[in-house]
Parts: sequence; structure tokens; C-alpha cells
Amino acid sequence: MENTSLWLKNKILLGMTPKEYLKINLTLPNLIAALILCVSVPIMVYRIIYGLGPSTNLSDNYPWGLWIGFDILVGIALAAPGLTLGTAVHLFGMKKYHPFVRPAILSSLLGYIFAVIALMFDLGRYYRIPYLLVWSWGFTSILFLIGWHFFLYINISIVEFSPVLFEWLNLKKWKDFFSKLTVWATIFGVIIAAGHQSALGALYLAARAKLYPLWYSPLLPIFFLLSAIFAGISMVIVESALSHRFFANQIKDFDHAEFDQLTLGLGKAASSALFIYFLLKVFDLVRTENWVYLNTSYGYLYLVEVLGFVLVPAMIFLYAVRQQNAKLTRFAGLLTVLGVVLNRLDVSIVAFNWYLPASQKYYPRWTEIMLTLGVITMLVLSYRFIVNRMAILHAHEESEPESMPMAGKKQAVNF
Amino acid sequence: MGIDRREFLKRTAAIAGVTLLGGSSIAHAADKKDFSKFFTDNTANERDWKIWEKRKKQSQPNGEPYGILVDTTFCIGCRRCEWACNNWNKNPNQPVEKFEASVNEKNSVFNDVRRTHAGNFTVVNRFEKKDRDPVYVKKQCMHCVDPACLNACFVDAFRKTPEGPVIYNPNVCIGCRYCMVSCPFGIPAYEYFSAFHPQITKCTMCYDRVVDGRMPACVENCPAGALIFGSRSELIKTARRRIDSNPGRYINHIYGEQEAGGTSWLYLSPVDFDQIGLRTDVGTTPVPDLTKGYLLGVKIFEMVSAWPLVFGAYYAVSKLREHRNDKHAGGPSDTGKKT
Ligand code: SF4
Ligand code: SF4
Ligand code: SF4
Repeated sequence: MENTSLWLKNKILLGMTPKEYLKINLTLPNLIAALILCVSVPIMVYRIIYGLGPSTNLSDNYPWGLWIGFDILVGIALAAPGLTLGTAVHLFGMKKYHPFVRPAILSSLLGYIFAVIALMFDLGRYYRIPYLLVWSWGFTSILFLIGWHFFLYINISIVEFSPVLFEWLNLKKWKDFFSKLTVWATIFGVIIAAGHQSALGALYLAARAKLYPLWYSPLLPIFFLLSAIFAGISMVIVESALSHRFFANQIKDFDHAEFDQLTLGLGKAASSALFIYFLLKVFDLVRTENWVYLNTSYGYLYLVEVLGFVLVPAMIFLYAVRQQNAKLTRFAGLLTVLGVVLNRLDVSIVAFNWYLPASQKYYPRWTEIMLTLGVITMLVLSYRFIVNRMAILHAHEESEPESMPMAGKKQAVNF
Repeated sequence: MGIDRREFLKRTAAIAGVTLLGGSSIAHAADKKDFSKFFTDNTANERDWKIWEKRKKQSQPNGEPYGILVDTTFCIGCRRCEWACNNWNKNPNQPVEKFEASVNEKNSVFNDVRRTHAGNFTVVNRFEKKDRDPVYVKKQCMHCVDPACLNACFVDAFRKTPEGPVIYNPNVCIGCRYCMVSCPFGIPAYEYFSAFHPQITKCTMCYDRVVDGRMPACVENCPAGALIFGSRSELIKTARRRIDSNPGRYINHIYGEQEAGGTSWLYLSPVDFDQIGLRTDVGTTPVPDLTKGYLLGVKIFEMVSAWPLVFGAYYAVSKLREHRNDKHAGGPSDTGKKT
């Protein structure tokens, strides 16, 4: 009893008494989070009790709405940091990016877990999800591939993440065991992640008659994979900037110059990926002679997406790297992330069933938006919870596994 | 008979669910009295699947697959097929007179182009034409030769039966609705208003009747001879003959012969098909072929690329080990490489 409460105090409450802990957590961001959850948790319950009909704007014409378009398509693309950074560091041996690896793996792990949680609300009979794994196999389905790959990838991410977890629990033996598996998990992870990132695009290969021609292409899987790669890199840029601001207390001896250098390096990689993607898009447009569609309202949207959110950030990245401007790199990273959000929503919602009259088109219901917001809030809170407790941001400096004196070390957490 | 009591209560509950949180787009449709969207607990699809499972065990002689030819030039828009379909499949129904009255009503269902819904496997739409009489077109599942829905389903809930109908098994469906995304004709509908056991619904091509040697309910009830049931290959010949021997009556195309790889339902029309709500841009490639190449590619990628990656990893691991051995004496920073 005594031991458990001590453990709780040290590990969960960061060495504070419950009262202190609560007090220190009474902050504006936390209040906002609580407010969001107060609305979205009842909506989740409402969805379960009343079904999809009353809680969403989904229709027979729009079987997939915000929960697939945003929570899955956007969510998974933005959860690619683990894929990109893991590959760079563990496979290509770019050791200098090592400080980014743990946060990247954590965001991938949480990204996938919460995407799947959100998916549960979208599935009509979520309680049957095990059928997919053990009971009834649709081998010809792209979605089958995705389902299995999600399952495998979450397991891989858990393996990749477990050294951190066991370090936190002071279980050195376990930590060492899983550390040895890391390289293997990364390999397997790269294959699996490339498979399902592209498969998300391949889902729409079947919808040729429904997607606006500018977005439909046999190259969709490649577009999705490539954009997941630059989305992943850009997410690392944006996330690390945010973490370094909000978790400054976690990072001792923080070397600004070095951090900026690494950011620029990431920017360079992102810009190459963006340029390849852009060239492929142009090639695709020329090949299909789809440019006749450019002078329509859908065409304008397409141009905004491909020029404003692909070409422009690619140039900004390039310019920023040349000017050694880390701030600009971060801005370009943000732009790229927004571009990927736009692209996924275009494919799944805007350009989907484009020929229907406006009255039959889909727009998300407020309940759908709130539920999505709720899931994102939970993700952010979990991320923060873990970062404040485990060696995510400061792994680099103090990873001698013998000495992980957690308690007392991180007193200064302020939310 | 109108709406029966249980039905009415269920709809009221569904609508109450809608209005509780303010209007949704489906709620708007409720104003237009299209209750078929709210219908739940359809049993037709499940019943047909059970019959299929039973037949699978006995070995039945496989005849030629059936089809249905819709000659839109004969259709008078009486909507009796809708009534018959609802009646046979136990979907919400109304007296047949109400269906027949639509043709002459000013504010009838014909003012909108409708689609199939949870409690509505087939609909007849009217397409007004300037220089000729309106064209009435029945719409339902096309029962594709190589169905997109079957290919899309990740728990393999669809079957193409040797008789022609494409049937669906609600007992494994998880409700991902990818089949709805995939179907090029926009046919499968979902029971969005069932909270705990929603299912996909669609026309069964009356599999239960067809295997008994009867024609589908809608065909049997068509008073104008617009629907003909028979073997698909015979129907294509019939259609061709009609086009050839009645110059000017039809455009020279049998919709469904090639569309999306061919369908069991075939259409003849006096005007271009895209003018009567049938998509002419679905192409002649079966939808499954659009994803086959990719799936094969992924499999090859996963197997082929796995090896160099695995060797690369092995190399990386052994290098790491060497490195560690070198520094064994005192390199505490080394362990930091692993995550
Ligand atoms: S029309 Fe649609 S639902 Fe019917 S068999 Fe073809 S793909 Fe399946
Ligand atoms: S909704 Fe059901 S039938 Fe349709 S693809 Fe998903 S699991 Fe299969
Ligand atoms: S074939 Fe049967 S299920 Fe299909 S529309 Fe006709 S009556 Fe309805």
C-alpha cells in the first residue's frame, strides 16, 4: 500500500501530492481541454446509443465523412513522423537526428491509437472489428490490407516505444531486450507504413466514377505515400518547435543553434519530397490531359492545393535552407501540414461525388466536428502526460539506463 | 394498409433522435416524407444469404446466369415494381394506388431524382424531355458480373451467385461502408438509424424467387412489359434485335453489356443514357481491376523490398555491436543510440 502510493506519487503525480498536482494543473489550456471533453464525451455516448444517423450528416451518397476524411486520412498521414525519422536514423544511420526519434515514435504511436479509436465511432458495428483479424477475410479489399497494416503497425510502434516505457519503470532487462528489437521493428515498420500510407490512397482507386477527374489518378497510392512522407517530416518540424516551447523545462543544455541546424536539415528533406510530388502531379495532369478541368471551381481548388500548399512551401523550404532561416522553415512546415489536411479532405469529401447538387453534398455536422476535436484533445493530453513523465525529449542527454531517478527531477512542470 | 404501428413507432424514435440535437440533412429529407431512409431491420438480404448457404452445400446444376432487361421505352412510370419490391422484401410500403397516382400528381416523388435507401431497394425516376414524352427509368442494384462491392468488402460479405444475383451477408458486416464508396452505380444503402445492428441493404435480384424458378417480384408485377427476365446472354440478343428492327426507337447501345465490366441488369433507352440518370463514365473496366494492380504491387514490394531492408538492418546491428565493443571501456553515451 505504502509502496503503491509512493509509486503513484513519483511516477504519475510527478512527485507532488494530489492536491499540489491538481492546483498546478488549473491552467487555461487545461480548462479549454476540459471544456471540449465535456461536450465531446457526451457526443460519443450519444453516437453509441442513437447510432450514426442522428449523430452525423452521413448519407447514402456520402458513406464517409469527417471521421474518415479527417480522423483517418489526415490523422494517419500526420502520424508518419515515426516512419520518416525512424528510417532516417535507424536505417540510414543519420544519428544526428536522434533527438527527434523518441518524440516521433511517440506521436506515431498515439496518432494511430487515437485514429483507430475515432474509427470505432464511425464503424456501424464496431464491436465486430475482431472479425477482420480472425473470422472473415476479404483478401481482395484494399481496406483489408489497411486494417491489417494498422494492427501490425500499432504493435510495431509499441515495440519501438517500449524501451522508453521500461526505462520509466526502471526495468532495465526489459528495456535492453526491446532495445535490441528496435532496428528490426523499424524495418518492419517501414515496409508496413509504406504499404498502408499508399493503400489509403488506393482506397479511392475504386471510386473512379465518383472522384473529380483532377484528383483521380492511378498514381493515387504514390501521391498518398509521398505526401505522407513530407507530412511526416513537416510534423516533426512543427511538433519539435512546439515541444521545445512548451516543454522547455524538459530540455537541459538546449543548444539553439544545433536545433535550428537539424530543423533546416529536415526542411531540406521535406522540400525534395515536395518537389518530387509536385513534378509527379504535373506529369499526371499532362498525361491525362486533365487541364481542361482547371478552369472550374474545382480546378481552382486544385490549383490552390497544388500550388499554394505544395509548390509554395517547397520553395519556402528551399529559400529558408539557403538563408539558414529556421523560423521560415517552421512556417513552411506548417504550410505543408495544412496542405496535406486540405488534400485529404478534398479527396474524401469535396471532390467525392462532385456531380451531386449542393443540397445533397456532405458537410460535417457539429457533433462530428466536436467528436473529432475531443479525440484530438485526448491525443494531446496523452502526449503531454507521457512527455512529462518518460524520457522522450531528454533521452539524448541522460540515457544511461542505470540512473533514471524520475522523482524530483521534473518538478518544474507547469501544466 | 399504410405504415404499420411498429414501423411508425420506430420512425418516430429515429426522428426524435434527429431532432434532439437539431436538424441534420437526413432530417430535412424527413420533411419530404421519405421515410425509407430511416427503415431498419430489413430481413431480405439475410434471408437470401441463408438460402445461398444452404444451396452451396447441395450441389446444384449451374445454368446460365440470369439477367433482366429494362426497356425504358415501355415503362409508364406506374411504380408498381417499387410496390412489389417493398411487398416481397418487407420494406415499408403503401397501397399500390398511391404509387400509381404519382404519374399524374403535380407534386409527386418524380420531381426529385431519387436513389435507393435502407428501406427502398428500387426507385423509378422520371426524366422530362423537351421534344418527346418523359422517360421513366427504374433503378436498383445492377448485379455486376465482377462486382465492386464484393471486391471492396474487407470481411468478404458479398457473393456473386452462379444464378446472377449479388447477395450480401449482414452477419459478418462491420459497417465500414467501403462497398458504398466503391459501387460505381451508387446502390448500397445503409441503415444509419439502427444504433446497434445496422446493415447494408440493396436489391437482391430476388435470389430467393429466382432459385425457385420464379421471376423477380418487380418483373412479375410490371404491367407494361418494360422488364424482361431471362438468361443474360439471351437478353443481350433480344436487346440487339430490338435495336436493329426498330430504327429510331432506341439509341444504339445496350447499357450494362459492357459497363463496369458488364452487369446482370441491362437497359435500352430512346435517349442518351447520361440523360436518364445512368452514368456513362463508369467505363468498361470492372472496378476490381482498378485495384488489383496495386494490391499485387504492394505484395511484391513487401516481399522483395523486405530482403534488402532486412540485410541492411542486420548490417546496421552488427556495426552497432562492433562499435560498442570498440568503445566498451568507457562510452556511456553509446547506449543513447537505441530507442
Ligand atoms: S451495382 Fe453496386 S452494389 Fe450492385 S453488384 Fe454492382 S457494385 Fe455491387
Ligand atoms: S460496410 Fe459491411 S459489407 Fe460493406 S464493405 Fe464494409 S464490412 Fe463489407
Ligand atoms: S429484383 Fe427483387 S429486390 Fe430487386 S428490385 Fe426487383 S423486386 Fe426488388
